[in-house]
Amino acid sequence: MKKIRKIEEIFFRSMALMSSILIIFALGLIIFSIIKKGFPALSWEMVSQTPKGGFYFGKEGGILNAIVGSLFLATGATFLALIIGLPVALYINVYLIKRVKLVNSIRFLLDVLWGVPSIVYGAFGFAVMIYFGLKTSLLAGIVVVTLFIIPIMVRAMDESLKLVPRGLLESASSLGATKTEIAFRVFLRQSFPALITATLLSFGRAIGDAAAVMFTAGFTDSIPQSLGQQSATLPLSIFFQLSSPIEEVKNRAYAAALVLTVIILIISILSRFLTKRFKKNIIKF
Amino acid sequence: MENQNIINIENLNLSIGKQHILKNINTSIPKNKITVILGPSGCGKTTLLKSLNRLTDLNPDVKITGKITIDDINIFNTNIDVTEIRRKMGLLAQRPYPLPTSIFNNVTFGLRISGRTNKKFLLPRVERYLKLANLWEEVKDRLHEPASRLSIGQQQRLCLARGLAVDPEIILADEPTSALDPISSAAIEERFIELKENYTVIMVTHILRQAKRIADNVIFMYLGEIIEQGTAEQVFENPQQEITKQYLRGSFY
Repeated sequence: MKKIRKIEEIFFRSMALMSSILIIFALGLIIFSIIKKGFPALSWEMVSQTPKGGFYFGKEGGILNAIVGSLFLATGATFLALIIGLPVALYINVYLIKRVKLVNSIRFLLDVLWGVPSIVYGAFGFAVMIYFGLKTSLLAGIVVVTLFIIPIMVRAMDESLKLVPRGLLESASSLGATKTEIAFRVFLRQSFPALITATLLSFGRAIGDAAAVMFTAGFTDSIPQSLGQQSATLPLSIFFQLSSPIEEVKNRAYAAALVLTVIILIISILSRFLTKRFKKNIIKF
Repeated sequence: MENQNIINIENLNLSIGKQHILKNINTSIPKNKITVILGPSGCGKTTLLKSLNRLTDLNPDVKITGKITIDDINIFNTNIDVTEIRRKMGLLAQRPYPLPTSIFNNVTFGLRISGRTNKKFLLPRVERYLKLANLWEEVKDRLHEPASRLSIGQQQRLCLARGLAVDPEIILADEPTSALDPISSAAIEERFIELKENYTVIMVTHILRQAKRIADNVIFMYLGEIIEQGTAEQVFENPQQEITKQYLRGSFY
């Protein structure tokens, strides 16, 4: 008996270790190949210029159009999603506290929406745009990406708001607070670091997605000057360059991937930093 | 001697879903006394306490019939703003739930949400209520530090100060010492004995010795019913019901 328990322990420990090594190795390999191929192709010109004529055949120019376009798009979509998503998350956790069944069905619905592939959002957006006779534009891209990240943002926020203990709700209530005061002065504060993380996670999803913007935001070599113009995005820029048969252009695709990875890395570090900063007020239960 | 009653409960029945939690509760709570609701776990003590300031409203599927009057106002009257009722009572929970903000903002929360945000108005009150809760000396130099840095005993006294700051008439305490060490517990009990001069204290406990130390008035509950009630002397020295006698002998908890 003792021996079996020992074998069991060793078996599962080595399984867990192997899985961990595998996943770290895979991640390392991705980053290594992006850096190896992308770093030599990366130059100041790459990140400071828009594509010139013949860029996709290896001539001069850069991907500034895609960098700026992606930042515009992801920032706009995250902002819109936050305006819509935060009230939803607070609503189901504070105002609907008694409606357990309703809240559970809202959560289920959001989970389903979370699971819908982004290409479906893209196709949906495209169909709506055709119906109204709209052209691809930065605004259309922002709206579709907003729809795509709302379920992600709301559920991420919801998971943290759910953890606010009932006693805190009761305590604030017994001090005479209304639901709105409880939502904004208690729940929002107690979950603040997690809400930042949820927002930045959504930003990461928005900036990294290609399928939802393909039909809706379009692609252009110039930096968009208004919401009505088309906009380039980094994932699509990577896609177009990688499809090229020319080796030099392919390497630039890796450089663009490196830029995207660095942006997401900055977002993650920012998220960590802000989380730490706002943690001091949080009550641990 | 006739006590003035601050709370009257008539035929209170409460069920959550299919569970009948409180059965035909009839009782009165005298003013400026410590009333202890005593009984084994799961007998409905906490539910009775929470129905007094309608915290039971926050539970799904709650059905309440009967009447609770506080200062002759029926609290189930739908014309009354529930936040007004709740402000009449300060709540101390089983463990402290400080708000995720500074010590100062915790004490002043109730005042600030009712529009009193002037620092000159708030500061003397913070001092007064923290002194009432016997916490002032320990925190006077760090009022703007997060409440999360206080020890759990200090947090519970902070919650007391916060409850007192909304100027309630009644203090509801739901096993307020159950998460505390003996010294912090004793501090809370001492506070209650001093506070009853100006406040009515209603405390739920299942600690018999604690009840004997501080109770003026006792309500003994078992399985959702009030079995016996009266002054501490009557209930502890001369219980009438067999269940009460057994409980006091320590036959069950």
